[in-house]
Amino acid sequence: MIYFDRVSKVYSQTSVALEDVSFTIEPQEFVSVVGQSGAGKSTLLKLLLAEESPSSGKVFFESLDMHKVRNADLPKVRRRMGVVFQDYKLLPTKTAYENIAFAMEAAGKGEEEIQQDVPQVLELVGLMDKAWHFPSELSGGELQRVAIARAIVNRPDVIIADEPTGNLDPINTWEIINLLEKINELGTTVILATHDKDVINSLKRRVITIEKGKITRDEKRGRYVL
Amino acid sequence: MSLIQVKRTIRQGFINFWRNGWVSVATVLIMVLTLFMVGTLFFSNVVLTSALQQVESKLDVSVDFKLDAPEEDILALKTSLESFGEVGKVEYISRDEALERFRERYKDNALITQSLDEIGTNPLPASFNIKAKDPENYGTISSFLKNDSSFQIIDEIRENQPTIDAINSMISSARTSGLTSTIVLSIIAVLVAFNTIRLAIYTSRDEISIMRLVGASHSYIRAPFVVVGIIQGFLASIAAMVILWLPLWFNHDNVLLSFVPIFPFANGSSASESLGGPNLLNYYFSNFIFIFLLLLASGIILGSISSIIATRRYLKEHK
Repeated sequence: MIYFDRVSKVYSQTSVALEDVSFTIEPQEFVSVVGQSGAGKSTLLKLLLAEESPSSGKVFFESLDMHKVRNADLPKVRRRMGVVFQDYKLLPTKTAYENIAFAMEAAGKGEEEIQQDVPQVLELVGLMDKAWHFPSELSGGELQRVAIARAIVNRPDVIIADEPTGNLDPINTWEIINLLEKINELGTTVILATHDKDVINSLKRRVITIEKGKITRDEKRGRYVL
Repeated sequence: MSLIQVKRTIRQGFINFWRNGWVSVATVLIMVLTLFMVGTLFFSNVVLTSALQQVESKLDVSVDFKLDAPEEDILALKTSLESFGEVGKVEYISRDEALERFRERYKDNALITQSLDEIGTNPLPASFNIKAKDPENYGTISSFLKNDSSFQIIDEIRENQPTIDAINSMISSARTSGLTSTIVLSIIAVLVAFNTIRLAIYTSRDEISIMRLVGASHSYIRAPFVVVGIIQGFLASIAAMVILWLPLWFNHDNVLLSFVPIFPFANGSSASESLGGPNLLNYYFSNFIFIFLLLLASGIILGSISSIIATRRYLKEHK
């Protein structure tokens, strides 16, 4: 479903983010990408989102070469990927409900569908009572649950989570990870970038380890080894 | 974009305008200044043009004939002058008419009336007031008169050549400097307004990147910003109209003077009178729709184009 073919990303001679990286992710997999800060995890996810272009190699999303997709078609491809970030990236001028609705509006969904689906995902992440709060009025764990709700509301094929628990306390961390597992059980591929040892070790799923821009391990039921 | 997205875009534009309260107010104020500038330049152009026309219409060449010049010769010269391409209008004032006008003008001055009666004869010459079609042509007309065979019946040609030349150069330099300052000031005003909008959108750059990541198309991201730009332009043009109107309303005679760069003919008469023709307030009302549309169009174009340019750099893909 996702295929990295000998991908390198070189910012400058002294700054190589990724070097000759190849791997495949199958549909409905739950894959963790681990590595220290600066190892290249975020670059890898940005390449998949076509936020950045590789210096060499190709990134495929199904049969699409992500960096040959026309600019005008990129939004349509991105609607098939839900994104969750460490800093939540919610729109500060919109309420929780509106943030989730925005992703549906951008996809051109109808008003009825929005009024039906947004409460459903809010229910799923347990934030029905905070629907009309602005991001500044929500806690970190709540913000991340809104972000996850926004990521899944368009029923994407894959969820890309970049350090989603980086700013959260242990209890909220587990709530977020449980949510991601639940989403995965419902049939969505999940790619989780993290450096949280406990999370990795308890997941017992596939782990890709990146060190200094290279893949050093790729194990089916991996543990956190660095 | 589908119809429902157009509807959402417009609604979102209004919401953004409202929620970004102070940024919106600041942008509108800057835009009011810009449009006020455009309006002022437009008005001063109107006043300048009408003042210049007034000056031009006051120019003439006057010819005094000798007292014994036969009337048929004078009329023959009038006909030949009128066939002359450069000549606009020739006014013939006969000796009797001249006397009549003189008496009329000084009818309250007993001394002059009495001495006129004392002389017994008419001391005033017949004369022409010649208007040229173009102020540049007065030189040609007077040299034609000097070289014509009828020159012998002419006593004096009063053409005020230095005055005419001075006014001519004044007119052309006023036009050039008016145009230059209009262009330069407009460019500055537009750049200031553009930069304000750019700054306002700069504060939204993170939002734009978030919208991109959740799969919003470029036009869907950009459109609400353009709607905000249009709202700003609309409000600013209304405010600028009111501001332009207020000083005219409270002080519609004298405030004009400050708008007019040259004002040599205000011989004690009121400003609007000496400017001749419509005063600015009348002009304002009779052209209200036109001026409003001009400002409205400037405001809306400025707001929307600035928004389009300012959002473009945050929408680049494939870095």
